[in-house]
Amino acid sequence: MRREKPEVFPKCKTGVDGLDEITGGGFPKGRPTLICGSAGCGKTLMGIQFLVKGITDFGEPGVFMSFEESARDLAQNVRSLGFDLDKLISQKKLRIDHIRIEKTEIEETGDYDLEALFIRLNHAIDSIGAKRVVLDTIESLFGGLDNATILRSEIRRLFQWLKDKGVTTIITGERGESSLTRQGLEEYVSDCVILLDFRVIDQIATRRLRIVKYRGSTHGTNEYPFLIDETGISVLPITSLKLEHKTSTELLSYGHAGLDKLFEKEGFYRGTSVLITGTAGTSKTTLASYFALSSCQRKESTLFFSFEESPDQLVRNMKSVGIDLKSYLKSGLLFIHSSRPSLQGLEMHLLVLNKLIRELKPRTVIIDPISSLVTVGNTSEVRAMLVRLMDMLKVNQINALFTSLTHDGFSDFNDVTVDAVSSLADTWIRVSNDEKKDIRSRNLNIVKSRGMGHSNQVHEFTIEGKGIKIKKSD
Amino acid sequence: MPKEIWELRLYIAGQTPKSVLALKNITKYCREHLEGKYTIEIVDLLVNPRLAEGDQIFAIPTLVRKFPVPLRKIIGDLSNEEKVLVGLNIRPAAVKKTS
Repeated sequence: MRREKPEVFPKCKTGVDGLDEITGGGFPKGRPTLICGSAGCGKTLMGIQFLVKGITDFGEPGVFMSFEESARDLAQNVRSLGFDLDKLISQKKLRIDHIRIEKTEIEETGDYDLEALFIRLNHAIDSIGAKRVVLDTIESLFGGLDNATILRSEIRRLFQWLKDKGVTTIITGERGESSLTRQGLEEYVSDCVILLDFRVIDQIATRRLRIVKYRGSTHGTNEYPFLIDETGISVLPITSLKLEHKTSTELLSYGHAGLDKLFEKEGFYRGTSVLITGTAGTSKTTLASYFALSSCQRKESTLFFSFEESPDQLVRNMKSVGIDLKSYLKSGLLFIHSSRPSLQGLEMHLLVLNKLIRELKPRTVIIDPISSLVTVGNTSEVRAMLVRLMDMLKVNQINALFTSLTHDGFSDFNDVTVDAVSSLADTWIRVSNDEKKDIRSRNLNIVKSRGMGHSNQVHEFTIEGKGIKIKKSD
Repeated sequence: MPKEIWELRLYIAGQTPKSVLALKNITKYCREHLEGKYTIEIVDLLVNPRLAEGDQIFAIPTLVRKFPVPLRKIIGDLSNEEKVLVGLNIRPAAVKKTS
């Protein structure tokens, strides 16, 4: 039985990666949206991106009415993000009108209105057939003019006028002391209000976005981290945690015949996530490299996040145990992304991961070690992040392998990372170094493997020039 | 001595009461204080919307003193004579004359 679908609130695509998902399709079409936040939080950029993407991706011309920066400054500021405003202006797709208010040359006496502003805006909109408008930041009017009563009623009239005109508008506002914006614009814009935030926690800066209200539409209520990088703003939505991803029965190899044999089906199902835990020097990275190698041999794009070694170092070290990754690195089948965990916040790491996954569309992703990320976040954050990450990989049917560094002693069961990941991982392999009779022996055992029988023994193995050799059990 | 001509420009948007009042006021002040040495140009933005950008006009009515420099703007129906005269730098000159 199908239920009648209610009339869907028309939406306008934001052009900001991830924001459409959070807002259930975009900003309210033909209505104003307020974006507020403190200085430097990315309001203006979000406005420009909304217009530029509107033009390049959705064929909707736009007008940018600036109360602060001149058209030249704006164009310069966003050039590094690949937004060529001058070109769009010359193509008559974009118009920038800079309203400059010099308080020193203005005197006020008697009654007035902002009709000239309306006329300018109307002229700009009609001259290029604009569908999108950005007003950045209209509150500057209050700094230049004294009569707040007139300004308030005129701004109210302006928002109504924009609605009647049917353009989708972004209005930016500076964060106030006790209200969302200094002049309480949120009272006039009743449809959609988005708050941007820029915070420094433990010396690591994180940008976050929250939808304060969205009338007539469902929306995510969480705080979402967002990133400003060389391609503009992208927001990271917490993907749906519904367990309804597709499952595959295709079997793939771990890249090592001996390891494959420990599993009933001699391999793993596509889209599986594998966790390898162990203390320092237990060859987690080596096992991970086998995983990468096998993916490359299947001619599948592979993404390797290394938080400890540089790409060169990794390739060199793996070559010493007979794993040759160099040719795949050269051909581009393998991509190694190395970065220091403390370089950026946890969310930023996740965003970079997300971005790379979207760009490279890998079939296999390796994170070595995932425990490094714990150093940059608190426990609940790490857990939430890992859930999000794994969920995203699952949904996309990407084979995933995480290594996690545990500490000496039998502590890996109450280790933060292990605790967070192990329940989400489909397969868990534990490696350890044990000392007996003055000899260190390497051991490997499989803690679990969902949907597949596996060896219950502890297997001893050695690492030689040709790689890992698992000893035949007696 | 060359005669100094005051170039004033009044921006309006149609014949609204505020605009009509502003024009009436400025004409009166000019007759009283600048007789014979002023021009008032009226720009109706409803007819010519493009012109708003040039002088950075956003409010209606706006009186712009183009000359003498520096450029001055007075926003509103110009009902406060004192403010307008001071704003246009007419008042100090007038005071000097009488003293």
